[in-house]
Amino acid sequence: MNKIIRFLPLVLVIALGVVLYRGLSLNPNEMPSAMIGKAMPDFSLSTLNDAEKMVTKADFVGDIVLLNVWATWCPTCKYEHPYLLELSKNPQVKLYGINYKDERLPAQQWLTHYEDPYQFSVFDDQGLLGVKLGVFGAPETFVIDHHGIIRKRFAGAIDVRVWRKEFEPLIQQLITEKQQGK
Amino acid sequence: MMFAGKLLNQVLLTVIMMVITLIVTTSLGMSSVQASPVETFEFQDEVTKVRFQALSKELRCPKCQNQNLADSNSTVASALRLDLYNLLIQNKSDAEIVDLMVDRYGEFVLYRPRVSSVTYILWFGPALLILIGIIIVIVILRKKPVSKESLSLNTEQQQKLDQLLTPSDNNVSSSKSASAQKE
Repeated sequence: MNKIIRFLPLVLVIALGVVLYRGLSLNPNEMPSAMIGKAMPDFSLSTLNDAEKMVTKADFVGDIVLLNVWATWCPTCKYEHPYLLELSKNPQVKLYGINYKDERLPAQQWLTHYEDPYQFSVFDDQGLLGVKLGVFGAPETFVIDHHGIIRKRFAGAIDVRVWRKEFEPLIQQLITEKQQGK
Repeated sequence: MMFAGKLLNQVLLTVIMMVITLIVTTSLGMSSVQASPVETFEFQDEVTKVRFQALSKELRCPKCQNQNLADSNSTVASALRLDLYNLLIQNKSDAEIVDLMVDRYGEFVLYRPRVSSVTYILWFGPALLILIGIIIVIVILRKKPVSKESLSLNTEQQQKLDQLLTPSDNNVSSSKSASAQKE
């Protein structure tokens, strides 16, 4: 018994070491979204291209939707832009944008310059919709199912590899759900 | 002449003190200006203002994890401050606002996490550790100290000691003979 107690500190230190070592490889910026499984929040904002035209969530709910949060101040958004253009040709999903905490004119110029992959972009200069969605920064992409429920939030740039790994399986699942009339 | 010199000294001292106070106060004032966020909000009354300040200190910026909303200049923090302001204008209670923030950003936004099964270890861990420490200390203290009797030598040991301590002509040789005896 005494011998076991003598080794207890060693065991505890090793256990602590294992815990701390594991902590080294965790990414503290990877936060789980609290919005998964919740309904897309209501909003009423203008589109980026037309300050007069107001849109609400009714304008895109019903399809399998990708909602991409982007801004001209965000370099990673520029990186993922070519792949978003490719995604806009994908018939399985509809891609919408949220122009987050940005200015209208530079954002419009961005879309003319790099091409516009979005059905439309919601102009959220004050971050009102972003806050409702629990957005941390840009780029972020949400997957919203045909019932308007948020199914996934992905923070970071999308490219082919990310799409295949993170999105493709979920999109296939949603397509089958939709076909089965769930 | 002496008197005038004293007066001059005193005046100089006062001026120096004033300059120092001025420098200290302005530098303090400047640092508080730098730390405050850029937007300005207008509040209908003092209470709402105080609530805004309290809540923006209580809520954590999701992006910059070691700053609260009041401290941070990040885009998401400024968006959240605006949202917080709007919610206060809508006459939402503090509890409602906190609930809403948690709904969107998770428990993470709270600097003081709520007591739940996930956070038990945070809330009660330290108390538990102190308790364990106290128990260990008590156990150690209650162990009976080694009695003097067990420390004192028995007759045989005493004899041996006396033998060793009796002065002989050569200590080395006696110890040698002692070891030889043992063998």
